[in-house]
Amino acid sequence: MSVQVWTFIIVGLSFILYIGIAIWTRAVSTKDFYVAGGGVSPVVNGMATAADWMSAASFISMAGLISFAGYDGSVYLMGWTGGYVLLALLLAPYLRKFGKFTVPDFIGERYYSQKARIVAVICALFVSFTYIAGQMRGVGIVFSRFLEVDINVGVIIGMAIVFIYSVLGGMKGITYTQVAQYVVLIFAYMVPAIFISIQMTGNPIPQLGMGGTAADGTWLLDKLDGLNEELGFAAYTDGSKPMIDVFCITAALMAGTAGLPHVIVRFFTVPRVKDARSSAGWALLFIAILYTTAPAVAVFVRTNLIETVSNKPYAEMPAWFHKWETAKLIAFEDKNNDGKIQYLKAADKNELSIDRDIMVLANPEIAGLPAWVVALVAAGGLAAALSTAAGLLLVISSAISHDLLRNAARLDITETGELRAARIAAGLSVILAGLLGIYPPGFVAQVVAFAFGLAAASFFPAIILGIFDKRTNKEGAISGMIAGLVFTTVMIVLMQSDKLLGMKAPVIKSVAGISAEGIGIVGMLLNVAITLIVSRFTPPPPEKIQLMIEDIRIPRGAGDASTR
Amino acid sequence: MDKSRTEYWRKNISYLAILLAVWFLVSYGFGILFVDSLNAIRLGGFKLGFWFAQQGAIYVFVIIIFVYVRLMNRLDEAFDVHEK
Repeated sequence: MSVQVWTFIIVGLSFILYIGIAIWTRAVSTKDFYVAGGGVSPVVNGMATAADWMSAASFISMAGLISFAGYDGSVYLMGWTGGYVLLALLLAPYLRKFGKFTVPDFIGERYYSQKARIVAVICALFVSFTYIAGQMRGVGIVFSRFLEVDINVGVIIGMAIVFIYSVLGGMKGITYTQVAQYVVLIFAYMVPAIFISIQMTGNPIPQLGMGGTAADGTWLLDKLDGLNEELGFAAYTDGSKPMIDVFCITAALMAGTAGLPHVIVRFFTVPRVKDARSSAGWALLFIAILYTTAPAVAVFVRTNLIETVSNKPYAEMPAWFHKWETAKLIAFEDKNNDGKIQYLKAADKNELSIDRDIMVLANPEIAGLPAWVVALVAAGGLAAALSTAAGLLLVISSAISHDLLRNAARLDITETGELRAARIAAGLSVILAGLLGIYPPGFVAQVVAFAFGLAAASFFPAIILGIFDKRTNKEGAISGMIAGLVFTTVMIVLMQSDKLLGMKAPVIKSVAGISAEGIGIVGMLLNVAITLIVSRFTPPPPEKIQLMIEDIRIPRGAGDASTR
Repeated sequence: MDKSRTEYWRKNISYLAILLAVWFLVSYGFGILFVDSLNAIRLGGFKLGFWFAQQGAIYVFVIIIFVYVRLMNRLDEAFDVHEK
C-alpha cells in the first residue's frame, strides 16, 4: 500500500476515535463543560494536559529548531518543561482549592475587582487567539503535505472535527479525546525515533543513543560538532546566543508556561488538591518522554542530513530529497555550477536551504522506514495540533460565556442559558480560529513569543502574589499587570518592528543582550516590583479576602467546591 | 489552631525554597551559568553541561514534583489539614 492510502486509513481511524469519544462523553452541565465535572483522575488529567500542552510546534517544529540551534535550542527544552515545576509547587494546588472555573475568576475574586477580572479576560483571549491561529495553520500544513489536499481544505476539515467534539463535549469531551490524542502522538513520535536511533547508534533508546557512538566508533555528538565546524557553523554543543539571553528566554518560557490559561485550567478538573499536585507531575512525565526524545532526534537527523547531502552530487540525491523539494521544504541552488550540494554557514556560498519542519516530517523517509510509519507521523501531527486547539477553544469560550457574560456583565442567565452561550461562543471561536488559519497574519511566529511574554508578565505574578502575599491588594495587582503588559508589548513591538510594522530594521535590536523572546521576564520583574510597592502604600485587602487566602493555603475542604 | 496553621505554612515555604533551589541549580546553574566549566566533564558521549541543558534538567524536574507530592501529603496528614 502507498503512503497516501496508509495516511487516509490511519488519520481516518483516529478521527473516528475522537468523534466517538466526544459522543460518549457529552457535557450536560456548565460544570461538565468548563471543568469536566471536576472528577478526572490525576493520571488521566496529566495525560490530557500533556496533549493539551504539546502543540503542532512541539511535535513538528521543535526537533528541527533544536537541530539548527544546537545548544541554544536548550531554552525550549528547559523552558517548556521547567514551568511545570512552578505550576505544581506554586499554582495548581491553591487554584484547585480556590475551586472556580477560570483564571479570570481567580483574579477577579482575589482582587475583589471587576477591572482586574476584565484585564485578565482580555489577556486570556489575546494569548489564546495568538496561539490557536498557529494550531489551525499546523493542521492545514499536515493535511496539505500528507494528503495532498489544499491547505485551506485541510484547515476546514480540522475546524469541523474540533467543532464537533469541543462544542458537544466541552471540557469533558476534550479531556478524554486528549487522552486518545496523547497516545497517538507519543506513539507516532517514538516509533521513528527508536528506529533511527538503532540505525545510527545501535541503541534502541534515543535518549541514550544521543550520547552513544556512531558506526565509525566516534561519539555521535563529537562527530556532529566536527561536521558543524567544518561547514562554518558553531559547534553543536556550544551555541552562539549570549548567556544572558539564554537565561532570560528560558525564564520567560517557564513563567509563561505556568501562566498560560489553557494549562492552568486543566488543574481545576481533578477532584482534590492532592490530585492537582500529582497531576502536574504526571503531566510533566508524559511531556518529558517527548521532550527528551526531541533533542536526540535533532542530533540524529542533522548528522544524517549533513552526511547525505554535503558535497554530494545533486544527481545522486535519494527520492525523499526530491519529494520535499516539490513541497518546498528543501531547496537547492547550484551557485558555483559544480553539480554538487554545498551546505555552508556563509550565506553567499551556501546552496541549500532547509525548512526546520522537515526534520520530523521527513525523518521516517530519510531513515527508510515503511509507509505506515510515515502515515503515523501525519496522524501524530494532527493529534498534537487538534488537542491544543481544543484546549484553547475552551478557554476562549469560557472567557466569553462565564467571565464576560455571566460575571463581568452580570447577566442573570440560567445554567442552561450559560451552557448554551458557552457552546455558541465555542462554535464562533472555531470559525474565527479557522479564518486565522486560512488567512494567517504574516507574523504568527513572532506573536507566539508574545503570548509567552504576556502570560509571564501579566498572569503569573498576579496569581503567585495573590497566594503568597496577603498584603497584595487590587491597586497593586492592577497597576502591576498593566505595567507588565504595557512594558512587554512596547518592547516586543520595538524589537520586532521590522516584522510587525514593516519597518526596514527593528527600532532596537536587544536590551543588554536580551532579545524579544526573553524580554517578558523583565516585564514580570517590573510587575512584581510595582505590585509590591503600590500595595504597601494603599489600603490592605478586606478581611474577607484575607480569610479566603488563609483558606486556599490548606487542602482540607476542597471537596466539591466549584459552585456557580 | 491558628498557630499550627502558621507552622504548616512555614514548613510548606521551606520545602518550596529547597525544591526550587534544586530546580534553579540544575537548569539555570548547570545548564546555563556553569555550562562551560561542566562541559569539561564527560558523561559517555555527552559533555555534562550540555547533557543537563538538554536531558538532565528535565529528569530532575519530574523528580522534584513527585518529591514535593510526597512531602506535602505527609505534611497535610501531620497537621491534620488533609482532605478526607
